[in-house]
Amino acid sequence: MKRKKKQHRESRVAEGIGYIVFILTALAVLIPMLLLVIASFTDNDILNRAGYSFFPEKWSLDAYKFLFTQSTSIIRSIGVSIVVTTVGTTMGLFFTMMLAYALSRDELPGRRAMMFFVVFTLLFNGGMVPTYFMYVNYLHVKNTMWGLLLPNLLVNGFNVLLMRTYFRNNVPKELLESARIDGAGEVKSFFHIVLPISTPILATIGMLIGVNYWNDWYNGMLYVTDPELFSMQSFLNKIMMDIQFLSQTAGTSDANSIVANIPSGSVRMAMAFIATIPVVVIFCFVRKYFAKGLTVGSVKG
Amino acid sequence: MRKKRKSVKWKRYLPLYFMALPALVYLFINNYLPMTGLVVAFKNFNYKDGIFGSPWCGFANFEYLFSTSTSFIITRNTIVYNAVFIILNTVAGVAAAVLLNEIRSKKAVTVFQTTMIIPYLLSMIIIGYLVFAFLSSENGFINKHVLNFLGVELISWYASPKVWPWLLIFINTLKNFGFLALIYYSTLISVSNEYYEAAKLDGANKWQQIWYITIPYLKPTIITMVLLSVGRVFYSDFGLFYQVPQNSGALYSVTNTIDTYVYRSLIQLGDVGMASAAGVYQSIVGFLLVLAANAAVRKISPDNAMF
Repeated sequence: MKRKKKQHRESRVAEGIGYIVFILTALAVLIPMLLLVIASFTDNDILNRAGYSFFPEKWSLDAYKFLFTQSTSIIRSIGVSIVVTTVGTTMGLFFTMMLAYALSRDELPGRRAMMFFVVFTLLFNGGMVPTYFMYVNYLHVKNTMWGLLLPNLLVNGFNVLLMRTYFRNNVPKELLESARIDGAGEVKSFFHIVLPISTPILATIGMLIGVNYWNDWYNGMLYVTDPELFSMQSFLNKIMMDIQFLSQTAGTSDANSIVANIPSGSVRMAMAFIATIPVVVIFCFVRKYFAKGLTVGSVKG
Repeated sequence: MRKKRKSVKWKRYLPLYFMALPALVYLFINNYLPMTGLVVAFKNFNYKDGIFGSPWCGFANFEYLFSTSTSFIITRNTIVYNAVFIILNTVAGVAAAVLLNEIRSKKAVTVFQTTMIIPYLLSMIIIGYLVFAFLSSENGFINKHVLNFLGVELISWYASPKVWPWLLIFINTLKNFGFLALIYYSTLISVSNEYYEAAKLDGANKWQQIWYITIPYLKPTIITMVLLSVGRVFYSDFGLFYQVPQNSGALYSVTNTIDTYVYRSLIQLGDVGMASAAGVYQSIVGFLLVLAANAAVRKISPDNAMF
């Protein structure tokens, strides 16, 4: 009895430590984000004079007004991000799930070799220089949509591993066997039997691929120099180093008067905030699947 | 007879091979094809002749690379940071997963899962903006409000190499531990409650339950994740070391890693030979490290080795 009491108390202590740790990390995450959001609603002159503050002297919507009414290039970059993310995620998820499913079938001849082929990509690669030259000189992706879609992001070996583990652990062999007896081919049973019971992993991997596309600035930096093809992240990357860029692309001939009027400091923060919202919102919907989808399992064939 | 059965088997699985094909072709193009381009490190590259047409130059690029003091700095930075990252991320990830497992309120679990993964969902560009809002010399929150208020001398953060190792370690841990924690947590929720009940009957305290049930249960996943990150110990998070310090030259001594060095050599200096020599160095040593780590794991726990 006494022992039980002690164990009960220990559980409460462990839970209490958990609360303290997670509340502290939540603060470490949310406070910087709060500063960013407040900065985006701060009057730009105050921002330049008094700096970033949690309690600005004067609030303002100028940054958002500018973003949505005056800057066609920023709207355009949001469009690029949406298109690239949608196309990339759809294609990537499709490729990933088909490979993962094949690898999940223990009886498939050559499965071990294929598995090694996938795992090896996680450990070794040609590095930036040969990859860059291959995509630019041989596949000619520079300043095309392909430059944002193809390099590195489409299929990731780790996602293949996660998905394969899910299929192995969650698709009953008997189900596939009975489908086969009923005369369903491999492709048909994959789309009609396996996929409908695999929502958690499809949501998880779709989210992971989507976030990588939405957040990509690396491909943008290497393969895109044409401002027409800038995604939101590329745009943010550009204006971090070079705030003048904002006025150059604002689309007016009278550049000097515009520079003075653009609330550049708060615009940056507003754009960073807008780029963050969709990811967090989508995660809230996908979160319940994450715990089921993120099992790594064995990397052996 | 036997041969015939084998060919029948092949045919039956043909659709599966076709399904696997697109992704395998992609991985071949994106990950394997560039490996042939590693030869450029042994060439005196010029744009006219391209990778395969340029004349050979033996090890000249490597000799040049290793004759500079930079090669030591980038190697040290890459390895030391990664070693610290691997240890901290693993410890923080496992600890967070174990603690999350102790929390009974479903609502609290939902909230904490979300808050701890948010940094993982942010791009390094956005993280760079967040850091900038705090540390900017002219407008940053710390200089303008905290240090001003305290009456301390203002600090030019982007020119102070001393603080950056700590800052980068803090940012990297906060950014990545949440995702790892969720990976470990998803393994943990499948542990049957019976183990814990039995252990409690035997009088095991909380610590013993964690140490003798939870951790062993997590061990295969921990080993796989650590092994995968050891495989990347010669690669660094380019965004963390380039974007977050805003490519500030005053910080190169603590922010220059092999990846940022390769990028600067390639894009800013146009020095293809040097960049690719550093790239080959990175690939080969990284690969040897994977073999070594895998061999070590095979000795300790054969089931968890990768090959």
